[in-house]
Amino acid sequence: MATEMTFPDSAAKGANAEQEFSPEKMSLSMGPSHPSTHGVLRLQMEIDGEVLTKCDPIVGYLHRGDEKIAENMTYNQFVPYTDRLDYLAPLANNMAYAIAVERLVKLEVPARCQAIRVLTAEMARISAHLMGLGAFGLDVGAWTVLVHSLNQREHLYKLFEELTGARFTTSYTRIGGVSRDVPAGWLDGVKAFCDQFEPALEEILALLTRNKIFLDRTVGVGVITKADALAYGLTGPNLRGSGVALDLRKDKPYSGYEQYEFDVPVGSTGDSYDRYLCRGEEMRQSVRIIRQVLAKFPGGDWYAKDARKIFAPPKDKILTSMEELIQNFMIVTEGPQIPAGEVYFEAENPKGVLGFFIVSKGGGVPWRMKIRSPSFCNLSILPKVCAGAMISDVVTLLGSLDFVMGECDR
Amino acid sequence: MPDSPAATALKAQFPQATDRASSDHAAVHLPAADVVAALRFLRDTQGFDHLADVTAIDWAEGASPRFTAVYHLHSTTSHDYIRVTADCTGDDASPAVPSVVSLWPGANWHERECYDMFGIKFEGHPDLRRILMWDGYPYHPLRKEFPLAGIETALPDIEVAEETNAKVIPAPMAGGPFVASSGEMNLTEAEPRAKDESWNERKEKPE
Amino acid sequence: MASPNTEIAFDSKVEGEVIVSRLDTVVNWIRTNSVWPMPMGLACCAIELMAVGNGRFDIARFGAEVMRFSPRQADCMIVAGTVTYKMAPHVRRIYDQMASPKWVIAMGACASSGGMYRSYATLQGVDRIIPVDVYVSGCPPRPEALLDALIKLQNKIKREPATKNLFVA
Repeated sequence: MATEMTFPDSAAKGANAEQEFSPEKMSLSMGPSHPSTHGVLRLQMEIDGEVLTKCDPIVGYLHRGDEKIAENMTYNQFVPYTDRLDYLAPLANNMAYAIAVERLVKLEVPARCQAIRVLTAEMARISAHLMGLGAFGLDVGAWTVLVHSLNQREHLYKLFEELTGARFTTSYTRIGGVSRDVPAGWLDGVKAFCDQFEPALEEILALLTRNKIFLDRTVGVGVITKADALAYGLTGPNLRGSGVALDLRKDKPYSGYEQYEFDVPVGSTGDSYDRYLCRGEEMRQSVRIIRQVLAKFPGGDWYAKDARKIFAPPKDKILTSMEELIQNFMIVTEGPQIPAGEVYFEAENPKGVLGFFIVSKGGGVPWRMKIRSPSFCNLSILPKVCAGAMISDVVTLLGSLDFVMGECDR
Repeated sequence: MPDSPAATALKAQFPQATDRASSDHAAVHLPAADVVAALRFLRDTQGFDHLADVTAIDWAEGASPRFTAVYHLHSTTSHDYIRVTADCTGDDASPAVPSVVSLWPGANWHERECYDMFGIKFEGHPDLRRILMWDGYPYHPLRKEFPLAGIETALPDIEVAEETNAKVIPAPMAGGPFVASSGEMNLTEAEPRAKDESWNERKEKPE
Repeated sequence: MASPNTEIAFDSKVEGEVIVSRLDTVVNWIRTNSVWPMPMGLACCAIELMAVGNGRFDIARFGAEVMRFSPRQADCMIVAGTVTYKMAPHVRRIYDQMASPKWVIAMGACASSGGMYRSYATLQGVDRIIPVDVYVSGCPPRPEALLDALIKLQNKIKREPATKNLFVA
């Protein structure tokens, strides 16, 4: 449904008297299938000429029932569903989910596993931000950026595929580890990617950063104040663009992020341009983290060996040893045995803070799993920011908020 | 049970607050009536300025209390979390807790989602309507008595429903999530099977 | 003795300028090579759909690079992603707005059958509301799989009685 317009009666009546033309409102429905809504978001807008007087975002067009599904399957079975939350950065989702469950078990994974997870999460961040930038560029009329960024994403997909077997629905983590160790030579591939990506990123950003048209479209548009950003629970680049230096990788480190040096870019005015700059800088910082991970990539185990009721043993052991076979059977049929308890874990994902609240009554199936999705919270500010904006600025704003509906609606 | 200065201060201020079992952050349980005052106290004096999440837990049909509302707060200065919970008042059909939209406008959508999924009424919410399912959907899907496969009902759009003869049907679950039940039972029953059996080899597929 | 019918006999002068064929073949040939897709990008598959449109896989090689978000200008709806019950009426409305002849590709497991989302909110296959010509398996399908689906659709279009349909409809 591209656009659907309804005219108030008095406007249709035509008018003899001049006052009949006094401010009349028109309602405009944008989406749920609209190129600039990045998926199936629908905005029910009330407009006065070109200016929005009211905006009611309608979400839920991609509500697939993930939370209910989670209550009906074992912890490992749910991993593929986490891929499809933020489908631009599945590896980051995988990691957040795995760590949340591990917190419930109080399980520490070995250093090598942590390094693999950090590495993949940062690669996922780059791939998500590239898509975000490309789509943002497209929204304000710069097609070239998308072509360049998708080209870089293909390089990443090639690496993901070598590692996990899938281009982006990776399902890579397990509770207590990852599904397999990094293949031989893969780390060199990552390094080669970084080497060619750094100049390529500068080239992509140079297309927008000082571009007059882009500046005109974004500077001062869609300003979110610091207070608003906090009150509406914004997270990620959208919060940092508004000047709040909240990055859980730094403030509440998990998975060994405290070992790596990186900066947290913060915006000053909170407009669309600041959010764009934050994303650009975050990609540079991600490359920095990846290089550090590669430099001191730890050896040793890549899964928690002692967690016998949590992590299934490697395939060659299952096929040769009775004990491991039984262990694998129990984990596959009954799920990893997780103690009762309540846990809430948040991870800094590309779009913002992805949180998992898990209530366990023990056993292999969660009693309740709530997914706190960053896109959902980021979009909730729309009615506040859109009021008074121009229609064309709404497109810019949506592009700069960089949301994913799969995660928003779950 | 981890404790934090904020939780201690909260318990000093609200003597009716009790500790709640938790595997990670400090957690406090309160009567529903005190939720707004307690969260305001945490926000204004303890620095918990970021409302991370509002959700609820359904403790199964017939459980008492059945619904518990859960609030997660995060502090952007001390980077601590605190979990505040409150049992819903009212009967199973229409549980209720006070709304915290007045404290954080961001709670608006969270509470709407909770209402949509559990049917919990947030008293004082400015615009409590469904958010994920469509207006007019008759059930609250995350309640425990609601099957994963869903219940037959009409499509949201009458015109399209007439044109296509399509309706909301229970999803075929025979290939659904297989989960074994551990414990003392005979082998046939302990076998991994779909927890939700809207249709299987013995029951007809609803069409 | 000269032939009485020189005009309609073979004339070597027009060879290479006139091709004799069936009208169906000509119409189908045109349709086959300019399938303009309507990208019904709903979920994860939409990302692969974008990949198909870009350099490495380049759907332009098959004449289908003109992604049109306006249903009036599109021939083939590519349903890429999970169709929920809330979204289903909109998908149907957009399909109705497309001008004939029109085709549908159900891209991925979700669009084909509901896929891994066996739940209360998900339409169990988009074929319950719109007719589907080609199903593509995969979650998500690889870009090559979508290209294969497009080629299969083109083969199907080639076999259609195009002129007959023109007068029936």
